[in-house]
Amino acid sequence: MSEKKTSAWSPSSRELERRALRRKLSRKQAIIAAVSSILVLGTLTIILITSPGWEVVKATFFDIQYGKEVFPTVVKGLWINLQLTFFGGLAIGIIAMGLALLRTTKSPALTPFRFLATAYVDIFRGAPLILIILLVGFGVPALRLQGISSNVIVLGTIAVVLTYSAYVAEVIRSGILSIHPSQRAAARSLGLTSGQTMRFVVLPQALRRVVPPLLNDFVSLLKDTGLVSILGVTDAVRAAQINASRTFNYTPYVVAAILFLLITIPMTRYTDRAIRQRTQAQNSEGAI
Amino acid sequence: MANVLELQSVRKAFGSEVVLNNLSLQVPEHTATVLIGASGSGKSTLLRCINLLETIDDGQILLDGLEITDPAIKVDDVRRRLGMVFQSFNLFPHKTVLENITLAPVKVQNKSIEEARDIAKKLLSRFDLADKADQYPDRLSGGQQQRVAIIRSLAVNPRLLLLDEITSALDPVLVNEVLSIVRDLKHDGMTMVLATHEMGFATQVADEVCFLESGNILERGSAEQVLKNPSNLKTQEFLKRVHQAGRL
Repeated sequence: MSEKKTSAWSPSSRELERRALRRKLSRKQAIIAAVSSILVLGTLTIILITSPGWEVVKATFFDIQYGKEVFPTVVKGLWINLQLTFFGGLAIGIIAMGLALLRTTKSPALTPFRFLATAYVDIFRGAPLILIILLVGFGVPALRLQGISSNVIVLGTIAVVLTYSAYVAEVIRSGILSIHPSQRAAARSLGLTSGQTMRFVVLPQALRRVVPPLLNDFVSLLKDTGLVSILGVTDAVRAAQINASRTFNYTPYVVAAILFLLITIPMTRYTDRAIRQRTQAQNSEGAI
Repeated sequence: MANVLELQSVRKAFGSEVVLNNLSLQVPEHTATVLIGASGSGKSTLLRCINLLETIDDGQILLDGLEITDPAIKVDDVRRRLGMVFQSFNLFPHKTVLENITLAPVKVQNKSIEEARDIAKKLLSRFDLADKADQYPDRLSGGQQQRVAIIRSLAVNPRLLLLDEITSALDPVLVNEVLSIVRDLKHDGMTMVLATHEMGFATQVADEVCFLESGNILERGSAEQVLKNPSNLKTQEFLKRVHQAGRL
């Protein structure tokens, strides 16, 4: 509320001396950092490109011409990974929220569902994703049931959603449990029902808390969509594989890896920042 | 005067530890009942039982003559008629001051958002907090947070206000701004039950002071009687200790 006082202040000569010295010191440190970086990285590069196998490595993994050639098909494949991540992510969010709420409810009418939700999470969190993909992708069509899609993209997505819903449900549940019971007591003492307390008081705080771990899971999800390639889905991994096995040049894999990294590295950086901000916010929350 | 609250032979135990033992209490309308006693004497548990945050093991609690400890009663309906303020404020950190106050009137009493805001703003200006309406709780001092918490519980027009050591988490300078609100409410005729360690304040607002010791009211009477001329040995001992701690 109070305005900052703007008094006439100019730094003393001692302060000016200190600033000059600090500038000098930081310039010196920058020079040391630059020289040591050039030395170390330069040496590594020289060792790498003068080593006897380098030409073969370059031709097999880093064939720029071939890389350019396969780039369009790998990018087209990556588009499938991205769609899978997006639509899968939506479904995962909805299912996981339902599972988390069921697992934290105390309502007696929902007891069997609470039990089922627990069993679901135990099974899908504990089984390897690749097994689930094989079971759903190859096993389900073998049943020849009517009305069940045999589209491998759909089946692959379902398998990933099944597994990730269990992961994300646990993250959301841990968020719900991390809200101090006094918040619930305060809401209930105001006359809010347990449902209203969950919706207006507990969940908004819980979700804010779990944003960083959820972003982590989202990055993992994007990477793990590459696993549906085993069903024959022509995603980025599969597109690279097709090209690589045709020519015995592995540059397409490197292209696919770089494309994934271009998306995941910014996302993980963003996540790290979110975690940092979250920690700072929590520290300032104090006794709440 | 009719009793707003009546406790009859209430018993509450946590496992083998008996926290409230055959405790009876009457709180007439427009009066303030102050509970004093050492930590662990059952003051907070008593308030939590009245608010049905804890289930009692025996006896009964009546609100305006109606038994609220009846398992068939709707808990939410009872809590709607009670206001409770906690030692640790318990404001909702993700909501602004105004949102904290309007949540219950809108969601519980089905008031329109405009009406709820009106009530909230009037209460805020009455207690000199009008300029904090859009702030988040972590921007406020402890005293301001606790005043907002009191306003939040007032906004639903409670029949009875329960105050659980509301100044214990505050530094001495901030205590008074919170207590002055309670004095105002007392002046307005609000019926209250408070647990406190502030003996001077107890003297100012209490119509009746109850000294609790191991789940029982050992001595009760006017503030003058209990705090100045206690007849029970344990009360005398407790007050002596409080006095030594510089709180009287």
